[in-house]
Amino acid sequence: MTNGMSTSDLTAERIREYLSKGKRFDGRKLDEFREIIIETGVSKNAEGSARVKVGKTEVLVGVKMDVGAPYPDSKDKGNLMVTSELLPLSSPRFEIGPPKIESIELARIIDRCIRESKMIELEKLCIKEGEKVWTVFIDIYSINDDGNLLDVAGIGAIAALKGAKIPKYDEEEEKVLFGEWTNKKIPLSKNIPISITAHKIGNNIIIDPTREEEDISECRLTAGVSNGIISSMQKGDSKALKVEEFYSMIDLIEKTEKEISKKIEKQLG
Amino acid sequence: MSAAKIFKRPDGRKVDEIRPMKAKVGIIPNADGSAMFQFGETIAVAAVYGPKKMHPQHSQNPEKGTLRCNYNMISFSVTERIRPGPSRRSMEISKITEWALEPIVMLDDYPNMVVDVHINILQANASTRCAGINAAAMALAHAGIPMKELVSSVSIGKLDKQLVVDVNKKEEDWEEGEGATDIPITMTNSGKITHIQLDGKITTKQLKEAVELAREATKKIYEVQKNALKEVGGEK
Repeated sequence: MTNGMSTSDLTAERIREYLSKGKRFDGRKLDEFREIIIETGVSKNAEGSARVKVGKTEVLVGVKMDVGAPYPDSKDKGNLMVTSELLPLSSPRFEIGPPKIESIELARIIDRCIRESKMIELEKLCIKEGEKVWTVFIDIYSINDDGNLLDVAGIGAIAALKGAKIPKYDEEEEKVLFGEWTNKKIPLSKNIPISITAHKIGNNIIIDPTREEEDISECRLTAGVSNGIISSMQKGDSKALKVEEFYSMIDLIEKTEKEISKKIEKQLG
Repeated sequence: MSAAKIFKRPDGRKVDEIRPMKAKVGIIPNADGSAMFQFGETIAVAAVYGPKKMHPQHSQNPEKGTLRCNYNMISFSVTERIRPGPSRRSMEISKITEWALEPIVMLDDYPNMVVDVHINILQANASTRCAGINAAAMALAHAGIPMKELVSSVSIGKLDKQLVVDVNKKEEDWEEGEGATDIPITMTNSGKITHIQLDGKITTKQLKEAVELAREATKKIYEVQKNALKEVGGEK
């Protein structure tokens, strides 16, 4: 069953059996990420955009900007807003309607991953303190879900941000000239956070699950990491973790960040 | 059409020239059928899931299967960000798309079932509903849904007094003279109209000419759709 709504018990059993021998259905090692293919500048009307494919999982991310009022607790800083739509187009499991918890959690995890790493220098996006600041919207769309949308969305977000240009703004008329861009890029720091999720299946810890593997994951740990520093983290699902298991998940996340950050940087230039 | 020779379109096209078209089938592995269709900078993708059991149950039709379409523009498909989620406009276009496609699909053998068609506009430069319908028709064929024939969709514009084929954004916002009239039309490859809308003003005589233009344009679009479907053949 390729288009299934869930993974059968039989398949689950086989996956666990494979994992206990250090193997996976697609021939990867337990700690191996699928190949990452990043394409930037895929949307003409966005300030920045990226299409990321990791195996059969595909995500489209766009950055748009607008001018608005700052939040009362950050009067001299730009705003960041991350949303995600798990499109029904991308999987038989996603339905039309208001965003469900899966989609909300994904957007919030990526939001914190970007925000807490201080990748965007939001203080440079203030136009007039207390009155006008830029809002950066990062919108994430799933195109095909074959597992690990979380990490793929994270890669998409940083890729879309990297090339994003600030639109022109007419100070007198106080309006954004949509569709016209300045040469200025969104100010970014050197911290490029990568979202990496480790999953526990039985006694094994794996990285970058396919849809079937993700289905039988007992719990997950997502961290936003840049240069070995973790700046955001979230445990998902209800299974309790032993401290040793938690440690091995963190170690695996750290090791993975080292490996894939080089590959991502190479493609982003 | 004596004005045709001197009429200049903003992007230099001939009055009956469609923007460069691209079509590809089988772009979404999870879907039962999928396709991309592009008019210049307007890009639509469509995915078909089904036939599958209709939920909620009260929406089931015991006589035949149901075609359900959903048209959605992604937030950064246009220069000024659209709030994600459905709008009155997108809901109407979804319905129009269903009507455009229903005459060609044969769902009599699928009572209580539904075929879902999800259309997403990745990048917009006008004529998005037409690109969406073209992609959807291809995706339905790719999914192996029984069909009588294909449909092809194009927008005919009237800029001042001049009819043009495949309207882009600049043309849609035409202000000179009589302004812009936008007429999206969908036709089967045998030449029947399954969808037509109109915004603007036009005489009945010119409207008939617009339909003639659409007939010729949809023949060209049909070739592009057919060739893309041939490329994938039986594989999925």
